[in-house]
Amino acid sequence: MTARWEAVIGIEVHVELATDSKMFCGCAVEFGSEPNTNVCPVCLGLPGALPVPNRKAIEWIMAIGLALNCQVSHKSVFHRKNYFYADLPKNYQISQYDIPVCHDGYLDLPNDGESVRVGIERAHMEEDTGKSTHVGDGGRIHAAKSTLLDFNRSGVPLVEIVSKPDIRTATQARAYAQELRAIVLELGVSDARLEEGSMRFDANVSIRPEGSDVLGTKVEIKNMNSFRSLERAIDYEIQRQIEATGSDSDVIQETRHWDEEAGVTHSMRTKEGSSDYRYFIEPDLVPMIMDETWVATIRNKLPELPAQRRERYLGQGLDESSAGVLSDSPAMLRSLYDETVSLGADTRATANWLTGEVTAWLRKTGTEPADLRLEPVHLQELITIVDEGVVSSSAAKEVLEGILSGEGSARVVAERRDLIQISDSSALAEVIGHVLEEHPDAVASYQEGEQKVVGFLVGQVMRATQGKADPKLANEMLREALGGS
Amino acid sequence: MTLHEKTIVEAGRSLRSGEVTSEDLLDAVLLRASQTEAQLHAYLTLDKEGAREAAGQADADLADGIDRGPLHGIPIALKDNMCTRGVETTAASQILAGYVPPYDATVVTRLRDAGAVIVGKTNLDEFAMGSSTENSAYGPSFNPWDIGRIPGGSSGGSAAAVAAGSAFGALGSDTGGSIRQPASLTGIVGLKPTYGTVSRYGLIAFASSLDQIGPLSKSVEDAALTLEAIWGHDPLDATSYSAEYPDVPADLDTGVDGLKIGVIKELAGEGYEPAVESSVADMVQSLSEAGAEIVEVSLPTVDIALSAYYLVAPAEASANLARFDGIRYGLRVEGETTEELMARTRAEGFGPEVTRRILLGTYALSAGYYDAFYGQAQRVRVALRDDFARAYETVDALVSPTSPTVAFPAGEKIDDPLSMYLTDICTNPANLVGHPGISVPIGLDEQGLPIGFQVMAPALGERVLFRVAAEVERLAGFGARPVIEELAS
Amino acid sequence: MAIDIDIAHVARLARLGLTDEELEGYKSQLADILEHAARVQSLEGDPHPGSAHPLGFDNAFRDDERRPSLDREEVLSQAPEAMDGFFVAPPALETE
Repeated sequence: MTARWEAVIGIEVHVELATDSKMFCGCAVEFGSEPNTNVCPVCLGLPGALPVPNRKAIEWIMAIGLALNCQVSHKSVFHRKNYFYADLPKNYQISQYDIPVCHDGYLDLPNDGESVRVGIERAHMEEDTGKSTHVGDGGRIHAAKSTLLDFNRSGVPLVEIVSKPDIRTATQARAYAQELRAIVLELGVSDARLEEGSMRFDANVSIRPEGSDVLGTKVEIKNMNSFRSLERAIDYEIQRQIEATGSDSDVIQETRHWDEEAGVTHSMRTKEGSSDYRYFIEPDLVPMIMDETWVATIRNKLPELPAQRRERYLGQGLDESSAGVLSDSPAMLRSLYDETVSLGADTRATANWLTGEVTAWLRKTGTEPADLRLEPVHLQELITIVDEGVVSSSAAKEVLEGILSGEGSARVVAERRDLIQISDSSALAEVIGHVLEEHPDAVASYQEGEQKVVGFLVGQVMRATQGKADPKLANEMLREALGGS
Repeated sequence: MTLHEKTIVEAGRSLRSGEVTSEDLLDAVLLRASQTEAQLHAYLTLDKEGAREAAGQADADLADGIDRGPLHGIPIALKDNMCTRGVETTAASQILAGYVPPYDATVVTRLRDAGAVIVGKTNLDEFAMGSSTENSAYGPSFNPWDIGRIPGGSSGGSAAAVAAGSAFGALGSDTGGSIRQPASLTGIVGLKPTYGTVSRYGLIAFASSLDQIGPLSKSVEDAALTLEAIWGHDPLDATSYSAEYPDVPADLDTGVDGLKIGVIKELAGEGYEPAVESSVADMVQSLSEAGAEIVEVSLPTVDIALSAYYLVAPAEASANLARFDGIRYGLRVEGETTEELMARTRAEGFGPEVTRRILLGTYALSAGYYDAFYGQAQRVRVALRDDFARAYETVDALVSPTSPTVAFPAGEKIDDPLSMYLTDICTNPANLVGHPGISVPIGLDEQGLPIGFQVMAPALGERVLFRVAAEVERLAGFGARPVIEELAS
Repeated sequence: MAIDIDIAHVARLARLGLTDEELEGYKSQLADILEHAARVQSLEGDPHPGSAHPLGFDNAFRDDERRPSLDREEVLSQAPEAMDGFFVAPPALETE
């Protein structure tokens, strides 16, 4: 008997905010500084130090919440979450408990077939911990091993975004994480660098018989450092749980660690008497009131978000794939798209040029998108002259290169580089006459019904004109001259 | 009158008349300390060098016409739970032995800016937990009025120093009465200001929502001008409040005529020492004769306030003291793992009272007990605040004894935590609601031990508080000074 | 009211490495104190949960501005053990 299983997945995402200063003190938020140089009494937990919250961090978590369609709490408070750990200087973390800044939102995943809406339980504000580095080999001699502690990261503003268990597959989980990253990047509130840990994921995975409402035993997986490993880890875990269910090694509630190299999850030793965090309201801080005016100010400053943008592009006639690609393109290219289209250029052609040839040119020349010099009016003219047949589409690529190298407008480049197509029928008639004279065999074949020699003859016309003939026109005129239809 | 007996106001007057220098004032308190420290143990650290330098600067400034105000050139002592850059700060705990902070508490900065000369760091109950200063890891302090007795606590060192004249004034911290109770037991004035009006930045936290720094002094006026120097919003303390300093001096001589003063029924003295009860009653009578209208008010929640206090304060303390773990500063007792190191360090570094309160607070916050204990205690706080609000609808100020007893013999309560806790019964309500309270000496009992009288006022009601306190001081005419017995050598 | 205290558990949560004998002593003291403290449970009704701050204000923030950090040598001079700019601790037994 093979039961069909369904996975129930929730994702917790931690995003470090890229504010200038830390959550509760004036130390710099900076990746890669010398150890323990961005520290002060507050983020080192020295006796007597007190936290004062960073207004910008609160505004940024509000922006994240609003972008995720969340409610912003009218009143929110910080709690102390108590646990002892060497890289947690106060041995409590200032976090939030029952009244987070944002709650009850959702995120629609980019459409690939059917739309998936993932509920957002909450987004709360907290402080990051310091960093432990374990040194010495894992040998038997304990004394040989030690932990090096750097508190530069201690107190960096951290937003925790908790999804509802609405995700069903590893692919969806990956799409969710990627979409979330695109949003925080769009908001400009985080570097969201997975490899530096400024964006981190944990996944809660359980399985249940398909169609059931029961929740299975939940396993938390940690240590996924890329989108790929998030997807692999979840896939692995689902499979592991299916195999374990019913066998002797039944699924237990635990935290498991993803081992990227081995491609498996390992059980982590459970904490002795763990997780009685003794939350209570942080008495060193006062409540935050996020009134309607404040929320409206933040809402009005929100940029266009990826999902809205894709929707707009689709409405402008782009297909899903180019809408997606353009939406994920650098801001410079997106604004070029908007400006060019506003001049009346065709939306699809504009998107294709920008995501295709322009992007390729940037890559080839190693140019930063921000340094791109391309006048929207030049791109529009390029699209027009291709459309009008003034230049062929292959010649157009060369025209673009000329434009990007600063040689002038599309027409100027086309003329200067001698790329204008011959679309003057009298000039072309002369060339065609020569070609037909030179290839009597081909003419004969055609008249015997061999239609495809037209292609050969067009090629000869193109050769004779060094590629400047309008192939469409040449084709028409050849057929006419050959006495066909 | 010898120099060390002067109030801050009197010393300032002598200083400005050119009669004495700041260095003279410093010499006087240091001499006094050398005569009394063996008996009192008021100080943990005397910063003679730093003080000498500050006094020299104060004298030079004054000579240049720079006068930083009433504290200019005045030797002041600090309770050793306020961080002083470069000067050892231990909170009287073994776990901070040798700890030298890299920064100054905001109150320290403000005192320096006001020209004060910081003499040293005074003894306290470890982490300010206690009512007798016997919980200091460095040995108890004693009462200048009777060196066989405790000076109260937890700011017992500050109280003993001011009462003995080894400082002209001092700062203490008050979480449940830790300024007012020792002031009462040593015959001086002690003020706990409104919560949030004096920055806690750099005060080693005991219970964050209750702790407040305030002055201990020889007179009500000294307390007022010391408060002025440390009062005000601090951007480094999110709970500090932006309020102008109320015009306290304007009302110091106004008297109580026309004021309505409430006597708290629940703190009226049942089970208190008879001398305390009768002195307080006499003072209430005097206030009435001075023109105040006296009414009895009931604050029913006061009966369970102490219970709430002994849940809220330890709960907050259990988190505040978690940072003492042997990793970044202070004592370390080695272990094979971080967990072992922390557990050993903390077991070794904290004394019994601190350990007891950490356990109590951890328990009160733990799963399954939170609602019944900590959660319920917070509700009591709200109910208590409502009680006070109702009372202040009809009265301007409230009065009670500061402490149910006079100074008790050293060792009497040290093994009975609960009876020690009960000594805070009159003072802790003001902390739970955040209101200001002041203790003013009103007399001596038959053994010659001081009795204190507490005045309380609504939040930010310092002006009326001082108005009443100043009248109490005048009516009591308390001018006695302790005679400190020489130790048999 | 009888108060049930798993004192060893509480001490573990508080990271206090006490001996069994010490634990027993604290347990009986805590029982006495808690019996008195349990009087808070006599409060009836459902009073509104309030802010702890007596002045009842809110929104105390700072601007996102940097302030100087501490000198590392001064900070590490207080550390029981330091190496190459790091604080040093023994290995962690448990993984968080």
